[in-house]
Amino acid sequence: MAELVLARPGKLPVGPVGRHGVGQWGVGALIASEAALFAYLLFSYYYTGASALPGWLLEPTPKMWPALPNTLLLLASSVVAWLGEKGVERGNRAQALVGLLSAFAMGAVFAGVQVYEWAEKPYRIGTSSYASLYFATTGFHMAHVVAGLIILAMLALWVALDFFSPRRRIVVSAGVLYWHFVDAVWLFVFATYYLTPYLGFAR
Amino acid sequence: MTPAAFRTPEIGEDTPELRARLHAIWATEPGWKGWFTTVDHKEIGIRYIITAFVLLALGGIEALVIRLQLAGPDLNLLTPEQYNEFFSTHGMTMIFLYASPVLSGFSNYLWPLLLGSRDMAFPRLNAFSYWVYLAAALFLYAGFLTGNGANDGWFNYVPYAERQYNPGLNQDFYALGMVLLGISTTVGAANFIVTAFKMRAPGMSINRMPILIWGTLTASVANLVVVPAVSLAFFLLWLDRQFGTSFFQTSGGGQPLLWQHLFWIFGHPWVYAIVLPAMGMASDGLPVFCRRPLVGYSLVALSTVATMILGFGVWVHHMFATGLPGLSLSFFSGASIVITVPSAVAIFAWLATIWTGRPVMTTAFLFFASMILLFVIGGVSGFMTASVPVDWQLTDTYFVVAHLHYVLVGINVFPVVGATYFWFPKMFGRMMDERLGRWNFWTMFLGFNLGFLPMHLTGLFGMPRRVWTYPAGMGWSTLNMITTIGSFVFAIGVLLFFVNVARSLRSGAKAPADPWGGPTLEWAVPSPPAPYNFTVIPTIASRHPLWEEALDESRGRSSIARGMMLDHGKETVTTTPLDAEPDRIVEMPEDSWAPFLLAAALGVLFFALLLKAWAAIALGALLVLAALVMWLWPQRRLLEREPAHG
Amino acid sequence: MSGLPLGYLTSSGERAGAIVPLTWFVLAVSVAVCVVIGGLLGLGVWRTRRHGPRVEPRAVAVERGGHGLGWIRWGLIASALPLLVTLVWTMAALGRVVGPPRRPALVLDVTPRQWWWEVRYNGDEPDGTFLTANELHIPTGRRVLVRLHGADVIHSFWVPQLSGKTDAIPGQTNLTWMQADAPGRYRGQCAEFCGLEHAKMAFEVVADMPAAFERWRRAQLQTAPPPATAAAQRGQQYFQYRCALCHAVRGTDASSFYGPDLTHLMSRRLIAAGMLPNTRGSLAGWVQSPQAAKPGALMPDQKLTGQQLNDVLAYLETLQ
Repeated sequence: MAELVLARPGKLPVGPVGRHGVGQWGVGALIASEAALFAYLLFSYYYTGASALPGWLLEPTPKMWPALPNTLLLLASSVVAWLGEKGVERGNRAQALVGLLSAFAMGAVFAGVQVYEWAEKPYRIGTSSYASLYFATTGFHMAHVVAGLIILAMLALWVALDFFSPRRRIVVSAGVLYWHFVDAVWLFVFATYYLTPYLGFAR
Repeated sequence: MTPAAFRTPEIGEDTPELRARLHAIWATEPGWKGWFTTVDHKEIGIRYIITAFVLLALGGIEALVIRLQLAGPDLNLLTPEQYNEFFSTHGMTMIFLYASPVLSGFSNYLWPLLLGSRDMAFPRLNAFSYWVYLAAALFLYAGFLTGNGANDGWFNYVPYAERQYNPGLNQDFYALGMVLLGISTTVGAANFIVTAFKMRAPGMSINRMPILIWGTLTASVANLVVVPAVSLAFFLLWLDRQFGTSFFQTSGGGQPLLWQHLFWIFGHPWVYAIVLPAMGMASDGLPVFCRRPLVGYSLVALSTVATMILGFGVWVHHMFATGLPGLSLSFFSGASIVITVPSAVAIFAWLATIWTGRPVMTTAFLFFASMILLFVIGGVSGFMTASVPVDWQLTDTYFVVAHLHYVLVGINVFPVVGATYFWFPKMFGRMMDERLGRWNFWTMFLGFNLGFLPMHLTGLFGMPRRVWTYPAGMGWSTLNMITTIGSFVFAIGVLLFFVNVARSLRSGAKAPADPWGGPTLEWAVPSPPAPYNFTVIPTIASRHPLWEEALDESRGRSSIARGMMLDHGKETVTTTPLDAEPDRIVEMPEDSWAPFLLAAALGVLFFALLLKAWAAIALGALLVLAALVMWLWPQRRLLEREPAHG
Repeated sequence: MSGLPLGYLTSSGERAGAIVPLTWFVLAVSVAVCVVIGGLLGLGVWRTRRHGPRVEPRAVAVERGGHGLGWIRWGLIASALPLLVTLVWTMAALGRVVGPPRRPALVLDVTPRQWWWEVRYNGDEPDGTFLTANELHIPTGRRVLVRLHGADVIHSFWVPQLSGKTDAIPGQTNLTWMQADAPGRYRGQCAEFCGLEHAKMAFEVVADMPAAFERWRRAQLQTAPPPATAAAQRGQQYFQYRCALCHAVRGTDASSFYGPDLTHLMSRRLIAAGMLPNTRGSLAGWVQSPQAAKPGALMPDQKLTGQQLNDVLAYLETLQ
């Protein structure tokens, strides 16, 4: 005897709740694609370096200043952004604004320091393949940092306009997740350009 | 009125009154505004298909010009420059502007109907991916039509693509156009992935999805992670050309082979991405005409994924002659031979379905069935090139040209034409002409084989690729003439297809909801479907909801006329990724200007980059930013924000 | 197969010869598979006739159908066998053909350029090195190592009768080798798209008996004799003024390397990278207007007067 199968769900959430919603998947897909982009940039570095002649490494002993503290600053900004997100989660607008704006400030300082570092390099983007790869990779990252800063600023604006509540805040989660991605990618870029020479790569 | 945070969805029947209410909520405004702002996946899907067919025709004309030039030895219809632009643009058009977008179009149209959903996961992103595709096509053809078309083949090797050897705008058009197109492909891929995992009807567990879903989903996951490789390669090429960098220039320590690696890391998965969805359409269509379910559904689904996974590990087989070490050659040769196995599963499944079923001949059936033979011919010539030492003779000859045309025409064009005959009634409410369809099929089939089967010999006799002419006395002249004749016959066949489409649109016989007696959900809704697809959300009990009575494989029966009404606004339901249990009611976006405006802003930005007009670049970037902010501004109606509280 | 100068279903040398049986094998397997699948498909489709003409699919009842999985199982098993044989045979053949010979009888440096082939012969003696173009001579029965250098864009060195393709890529040196069993002329062709005249970038490998090869090599080492006739002398003057900007003739002041070395131009059977016969008429046409024969070639049209052309040809004909 045939039986009609009929879905009769109970109470379902309407729209995104907290961090969860269809949009979260979308941002995840975007991040996966962007992460792949950086993977290919780093692949290009390793491929070129592995087939390069001695002397290719324009910086065989990269300076840790200001790159290392700058890296730590960026990582800290992720923690601060997370605190800001927590503020939205708890309905604490002050915490949210302080968190997001501080993360913005820290990210802006990171970007400024990076620009300073670029200006101080003895080589330009056209100097050699090492230089081209360095500036292209850190440049792509900088573009993502700038995008992330715009996102943090927009989030702060929207929090100030009292758009979000503990329930309706997926936009904030998505934006902060993007910022975390920007920071995580930097770890790989930093390790590649600043640490692998010490491990002997392309020396 | 603020929607409640939780709701138990009301269950109801498919009634005319409910239909009218949903129609008012979901229908696109008629007129120009509606045309630019629509987010209806069916509308977008049809646009993709029409645009792709226009590009197919353009690419075909380019091919006929090439064949005229090569009809005999030492001809001079084209100069070398013109020839190089023609063959490069032909390849670019077919592989990037036709093969993938047409499958995106069919998938866009069909997926929500096959999945029992009211739309894709991200309707505005869907519209955007079409507008950017159109913008990229216009951008790339602006190059070709001004004598600045791509001229280094579709895979564009350096150093010939560098400014030193290629000073005009040709390469800049191609590079920037491809980066722009990559945006469309990437967002489209994201949309398909999330839709597949979240937008299936309740009860449609992952092993009950039509094979088209498996095919496009697999292709989308691949595209998401490999398109950045080619976009990066083209962007770095543009930097080399315009800013004197040395990514690929040996003078600065760059590596020409880096281009090939980046390109083929993308390129090989890409060729699977442009056939797996088409194979899915055949896997879904062929069984309908064999009056039985597909043989080996699980094996076919798994082999789709396995083929793509292996497809990530064979890219070096495009580089066998570049002087790589023997160990590397052995690994990639072995992998390229092994990949034949999962790709063969579908062949045997289709043959088994025909032999154990009760096949009925229709035009659609002929296209799907003939695909089997064309696939095998293309597959075995690929198998031959997988063996490195043999490839050292075969590569870069017309043997590879024969191979790639058999796989692209055989596993993309033929199933796409079959899919058109199959789903045209659903899309337009009219049947295509069967008699003209037979003429269409035989002309295409005989013309294609007349043109391309001898080409294997042309390649075995040593004719290299990408030559604007060839001398007499090489053993190639007669074969080339036969290929030219075959190409023209094939072109007539394609013309007959377009004629059939045009005539049937105007005066085809009226089509019912289910003209073929099909098993899947799209045949349960009217032809053409209402804007909201399903009046009530169906609940699925098997792979073949409409065949459950006939097959009687289990006691469960899918519920199509009774289900969740979700009529409180423009809404649908999302379900869990594996088991498809309802988990959220989602509000869907209204028609919006943002996708079109963002695409237009990107068009401005990319033209500005091409001309290196700094003021325009800044303007373009600002327009892009403005359009993004407009799009992403949290909307109350979408529950992205709540009204201010205390 | 003399009617197929660039064919490779037969071979004339050890390296290409090692691949020919494997090529025929995979070709035979492929044809067999197509015939079998085509037959099964044709028969399967032919069975649609049992429904009668113009039957609607809807009119035929849907059935669960018999077990078709056996098709997949046996199909995969049947496919696996030739795949396995191909895999093993490929590795074996690759092992035999890949490695450059350890003690080659001859080492050549080939640098393809848009759109001709620069060939350098090395010698132990101080003046044992010479450049030539577009026509390589090798001794029969000996393995010849070719070092491929990239000068401009990627080209690919291919003599089907003797060896598979190897690319010449700027920034690296690729090694390939060949060996000819018997004396003869074997046509080569550039096999990687390299620009406007990729189509017209051919060359010849001439295999001579070892003694004949040695005679050829010593003749090539000679510098060009001073021209005897007045016309040839006028021709040489014009050559030094104009042609020497790109071309070299050893024994004179002309030593540029942008174009082919012409010291022994007349010893070659073909000119313009394997595209034209080396006759007076063709040579005249080529010198006067390379763009007519090879539009886009890097040698500009010369626009000589009749007298100048005569003189230049007279000079060139002394370059035996």
